[in-house]
Amino acid sequence: MIDRRPTNDWPLLCVENLKVYFQSNGERARAVDGISFEVREKETVCIVGESGCGKTVSALSILGLIPTPPGEIVDGQIIFSGQNLIKLDEKEMQKIRGNHISMIFQEPLTSLNPVFTIEDQLGEAVKTHKSINAEELNRYCIQLLNDVGIPSPEQRLNDYPHQLSGGQRQRVMIAMALSCDPDLMIADEPTTALDVTVQAQILKLLRSIQQKRSMSILYISHDLGVVSAIAHRIYVMYAGIIVEQGNTDQIFRSTRHPYTQGLLASLPSLSKRGKRLYSIPGSVPNPAYKPAGCPFHPRCSHAILSCQDEFPEMCDYGEGHQARCPVLFKSKGYKGPNEMLKNTMS
Amino acid sequence: MNPAEETINTTDYVEAPPAPKRTRMQEFRRTLGQNRLAGLGFIIFFLFFCCAVTGLVLTSGSKPAFDPSMVRLEEKLRPPLSKPNLKALRPDQVPVLNVYLMGTDDLGRDVFSRMLQGAWVSLTVGFVAVGISVLIGIFMGGIAGYFGQHHIKTVHILFFLCLIGGTGLIIANFTVIGTVILLLCPAYIFYSQLTRHGSTEKETPALKAMLHSNAVSVDTLIMRIVDIMLCFPSFFLILTVVALLPASIYNIMIVIGLTSWMGTTRFVRAEFLSLREQDFVAAAKALGLSTFRIIFRHIMPNAVAPVLVSATIGIASAILTEAGLSFLGFGVPPPHATWGNILSNGKNFIFDAPWLTFMPGIAILIVVLSFNLFGEGLRDILNPKLRERY
Repeated sequence: MIDRRPTNDWPLLCVENLKVYFQSNGERARAVDGISFEVREKETVCIVGESGCGKTVSALSILGLIPTPPGEIVDGQIIFSGQNLIKLDEKEMQKIRGNHISMIFQEPLTSLNPVFTIEDQLGEAVKTHKSINAEELNRYCIQLLNDVGIPSPEQRLNDYPHQLSGGQRQRVMIAMALSCDPDLMIADEPTTALDVTVQAQILKLLRSIQQKRSMSILYISHDLGVVSAIAHRIYVMYAGIIVEQGNTDQIFRSTRHPYTQGLLASLPSLSKRGKRLYSIPGSVPNPAYKPAGCPFHPRCSHAILSCQDEFPEMCDYGEGHQARCPVLFKSKGYKGPNEMLKNTMS
Repeated sequence: MNPAEETINTTDYVEAPPAPKRTRMQEFRRTLGQNRLAGLGFIIFFLFFCCAVTGLVLTSGSKPAFDPSMVRLEEKLRPPLSKPNLKALRPDQVPVLNVYLMGTDDLGRDVFSRMLQGAWVSLTVGFVAVGISVLIGIFMGGIAGYFGQHHIKTVHILFFLCLIGGTGLIIANFTVIGTVILLLCPAYIFYSQLTRHGSTEKETPALKAMLHSNAVSVDTLIMRIVDIMLCFPSFFLILTVVALLPASIYNIMIVIGLTSWMGTTRFVRAEFLSLREQDFVAAAKALGLSTFRIIFRHIMPNAVAPVLVSATIGIASAILTEAGLSFLGFGVPPPHATWGNILSNGKNFIFDAPWLTFMPGIAILIVVLSFNLFGEGLRDILNPKLRERY
């Protein structure tokens, strides 16, 4: 049905100018407002941003899970191995979901159905997409649980979700997402609900799985610390648009957008011990009433008059590093995040 | 093939003591053992079921072992446990156990045989009526809960009104008008097929807009039907219907079923409304499962616990409704015995022969009580979280 080998010119997943709007009470919330990104084979791509900037909506629209109404994909295309997912109907999407693209959700505590055993839920996707007999399925489930590092998987198969801990449940969710050997796994803040040690284990697990299965991961997070540990490339999102993109080194070492600089400056670290932790003033604008021009300008310390009415273009810094801030691009006196921090503190 | 050991340090975990492995049946038995009242309810229910089945076998056929319609006028109104007067009876009239276990009624019929025959009626009435009402209730509630936000277009409502109205008119002997109205439906289908391929610009936009406007949401439609149904005093509705239809046990079951599904619909809708927003439903969608499978395999088991509890109570009330109908003389036609008409016969002799009212009354009480207790227990069994408490 699909040509499974991506051609050289197309990456595995390519989102172009995606616009998802929500209609409510006569207001039009522009949750995702023209984002473009790509995920290549065997690559981990992170989308970073504050809550409410449209990360989850973009992930859900890849799988065609935006509730319509009120949501609507207004414009753009999502090309996955040479197919525009937006054009597919529900039946064809069901064959893609779980089978070629799978998803891990934020809340492992509620993402498992409380009335089924682990085995029932693990086998569900496999039974839907592949033909497999009961005995093989049982063996396959045990192997999956083994792969995600759950001890004594034979016994866990008969457990109900509430008998497992949060970390184990997230491992089961990952096993479910892996069960059909997908090409792309979307992880929507999979470690947010977990404590730090478990978070580290899960990240380690995701990395090792990715290397072994050579699949791509689209990782969505608000936590730059997590992102630095796992990402190959990073897209920074703000108010429904991508403000900066580049590989991990570029984003962390030569930050080119004031928003990303602000995010990095607000990471707690030992070197900042004893000082007041920086936070970006203000909050993410309501997607129904975004400021004109650059959406970040009311919170930006570099804002000049033209920011208020000119929508910023992507400025190319070379080697795939791009940022949507013409002000910093033009001014030679670029300031690193630490320097900026000092300025704002004084 | 054990890649877990390479990458994940499994000693990070404290190994949990393995939970004893149980099958569903063992789990069921364990819970019933722990929850005494539910266990008792289940045992009584099981005994009742056995009684009803053996009663059906023993009281039917051309020469039944316990003949519920054998009239012995010489032996009328004998108290329970009395011996038959062998001199007055022909040999084939002597009861099987040589004793009237529950006495005899005003025609000298053995009350024990009649109770046995009535048990089967009560059982089938309870189960069939509640089965019908639960099926309708789950279906309507599921649709209202899951697809509630979808809208029905005006044209579809008109379509169904034409369909129902036309059929009604034909049945009521207005053949010509009925046929014309009925023919509007295929005409519309034909027309819509035509306009789908051709250009739709020619027609008047105002009419088209009116016909294709969203008239009412599915949720509103179904829940208002439920409200309308709840407004009827259902016992009198049943009385009317039973008076119009030929008296038969099956009509009664169907009528009871068709007038008692509203509660279940409301339960199921409420459950679906909250469950449909749960993360595990989103996760199931993301795994590529079909809507049908999500509704019936993932949401339904979560929603069904309160439904089953209300169903066991529904069985009890269906038995009571049947008894009430029989008591009023609208129920199962004589000479077939039911607990209700034994009771209603007995009220004439309540001072001379109190066992005629006590026996069926106590039987109904015990069965209804056992159903309610069992229903409570069933809820715990179906919910894995509640199960852990015992």
